[in-house]
Amino acid sequence: MKHAWLAMTAMLLLSGLTHAAPVRIGSKQFTESVILGEVARLASRQAGVQAVHQRELGGTAILWSALQHGDIDAYPEYTGTLTHELLKNVPPDADIPTLRAALKPLGIGITDSLGFDDTYAIGMRADRAARLGIQRLSDLAAHPELRFGFSNEFMARSDGWPGLRQRYGLPQAQVRGLDHVLSYRALASDAVDAIDLYSTDAEIPYYHLRTLDDDRHYFPHYEAVYVYRLDLEQRSPAFVESLQKLSGRIDADAMRQMNAMVKLHGEKETVVAAGFLGVQPDGDGSGMWMRLWLRTVEHLRLVLISLTAAVLIAIPLGVFAARAKRLGHVVMALSGVLQTIPSLAMFVFMIPLFGIGTWPAIAALFLYSLLPIVRNTYAGLTGIPPDLRESAAALGLPRGVRLRRVELPMAMRAILAGIKTAAVINVGTATLGALIGAGGYGQPIVTGIRLDDTGLILEGAIPAACMALVVQGLFEGVERWLTPRGMRLEARQ
Amino acid sequence: MPSISSASSEAFELRGVSKRYGNIVALDEVSLRFPAGSNTALIGSSGSGKSTLLRVLLGLEWPDRGEIRVDGALLEQAQVLALRRRVGYVIQEGGLFPHLTVLGNLALLPHHLGWSRERIRQRAEELAALTHLPSGALERYPAELSGGQRQRVALMRGLMLDPDALLLDEPLGALDPIVRHELQDELRAIFDRLGKTVIVVTHDMAEAAWFADRLVLMRNGKVVQDGRLDDLCKRPADPFVTRFVEAQRTLRGVSA
Repeated sequence: MKHAWLAMTAMLLLSGLTHAAPVRIGSKQFTESVILGEVARLASRQAGVQAVHQRELGGTAILWSALQHGDIDAYPEYTGTLTHELLKNVPPDADIPTLRAALKPLGIGITDSLGFDDTYAIGMRADRAARLGIQRLSDLAAHPELRFGFSNEFMARSDGWPGLRQRYGLPQAQVRGLDHVLSYRALASDAVDAIDLYSTDAEIPYYHLRTLDDDRHYFPHYEAVYVYRLDLEQRSPAFVESLQKLSGRIDADAMRQMNAMVKLHGEKETVVAAGFLGVQPDGDGSGMWMRLWLRTVEHLRLVLISLTAAVLIAIPLGVFAARAKRLGHVVMALSGVLQTIPSLAMFVFMIPLFGIGTWPAIAALFLYSLLPIVRNTYAGLTGIPPDLRESAAALGLPRGVRLRRVELPMAMRAILAGIKTAAVINVGTATLGALIGAGGYGQPIVTGIRLDDTGLILEGAIPAACMALVVQGLFEGVERWLTPRGMRLEARQ
Repeated sequence: MPSISSASSEAFELRGVSKRYGNIVALDEVSLRFPAGSNTALIGSSGSGKSTLLRVLLGLEWPDRGEIRVDGALLEQAQVLALRRRVGYVIQEGGLFPHLTVLGNLALLPHHLGWSRERIRQRAEELAALTHLPSGALERYPAELSGGQRQRVALMRGLMLDPDALLLDEPLGALDPIVRHELQDELRAIFDRLGKTVIVVTHDMAEAAWFADRLVLMRNGKVVQDGRLDDLCKRPADPFVTRFVEAQRTLRGVSA
């Protein structure tokens, strides 16, 4: 029993350590980024380079940090994000050669534009725009009767509506804030005449919209590019070449079509990317049960390793806290503070220390599991009636023996309850690990949220809930088994 | 086990011992001798310091001032564990560990000292006979025992290593009157039979007088009077002694 357990843990650990050497491509947690990640992977496969794609690693901050630390080798990015968010001392309208020069000292390279610009745009129904003769933003000035519906963010940002109105001298007075998801429907049903959108939104071809030409260059450029680690030029020059060959090949229309295929027609990103490149999709091809099994293994690995480590550290910490009152308070306060760190932030904090993937997730889960166990160990030990503790001392037993034979068994029930709490929290929180590439049940949840696919969300959420229930039941059994019978009798009285 | 010093016949001795908890004076310059083999009852109201006195004798508390001598030798931290092993200590609720059976409770210390299983069981059965514990009770958990039985087990645990002395802190305080009366008889018979140094803490005069010829009355951490029952009743050292003696209602007093 014990050996099987050890063997399983060792197996899980080893499979986490044996990373292969292929080039690692990352992508952000939205459809366009995932498609571009697949395009890069399939293009490199075409060039004979082994590459893996770690999908949906979360937001810009995570990808950027992972690239800098070498946890991934390349990912799709936008020039506007580089100038506005990631690089300092770069003018907001910097062109790609300027960016290339600014990135070089960081050890990061950048391809030329892939051929499209994913920026804010103003869209109208194509038929209506044609009737009114509107092609460019400056044409809007002649139609003060038009009604605009803008996303709340666009309404508020100084580089949104207020600046746009000023640059083009727009006279329209009927301007409403709308949720971005609803705005397409509002436009389709003629409730508004123009909305803000991203220039490669899948809905543009679907609703037959026209994006108006930004003829006075108001909106910043968000040219799509790949950024990659410069050391790839030595490690895998063929890969860099395959990335560079993609530049100029994807225009806004092509990107919109690909987005629409995935978001509106439910195609897989791999299939869409392969179709674009004209190659055979290699798809995982595995059925739902195989996927479920793989995710269960990933999820269990996160939970088991982090929980085991937490038990090994937290129980001694709890014993120490109960012994050394003053330092104990410090220990308790620190583990309490850890608990207040929002989970997503905790996962992100771990990236500089452990990279992306399984280990930072395990580290974050480990830290979260400490508090319930430390606190319950402390409470269990300090809750022992003083006369019993003194009786043990009066017998003439040394401290260590008292702890082992009297105090820990009496605190056992509280300690196990703490471990159970930690385990259940751990199973739930581990779903966030998918955002930093740790896989597990969080993966379908993240994808499901992105694609607004409830079925996919449930494919992760239901097993996670089941695992939490199983863990809970398991620990209740262990609790019954390990709590001395005499303690249970007392509880019955 | 440290050898008993032949130079002194005092099992325990306190010399000018003081102990405070914050503002509360638990022991105030107490000097007392407990000769080996003697029976003594410490009496007084709650908070008079009598329990603290037992606890400093076992090294469960350390005096702020003064010294403790055990068998003539100064008590030091290093010998505390050895001292505790040759003194049996019994407290009011028994202090039995709920997660262990009776035998488990009795075996804790002997097991640590390397006694064999058979030796432990044999000793436990001897003591069960001595304290009239029903034979099947050894396998039970404390929660399955009556209050009187728990107290018998606590006494057995104190006697496992056949100690030189027994310190009992309100050993019968939590029992109902009939069980209490029965156990008073049995305890006294056991004390007489074993001939150990016994110090009993109680606030019941009658019980104190039943267990010991020598009564030590304490108040606010000081010894008020140290003598026989007769001395306390007829030659009180202080008006408080008379008040304490008279506060013990007798049935005759109530019905009169």
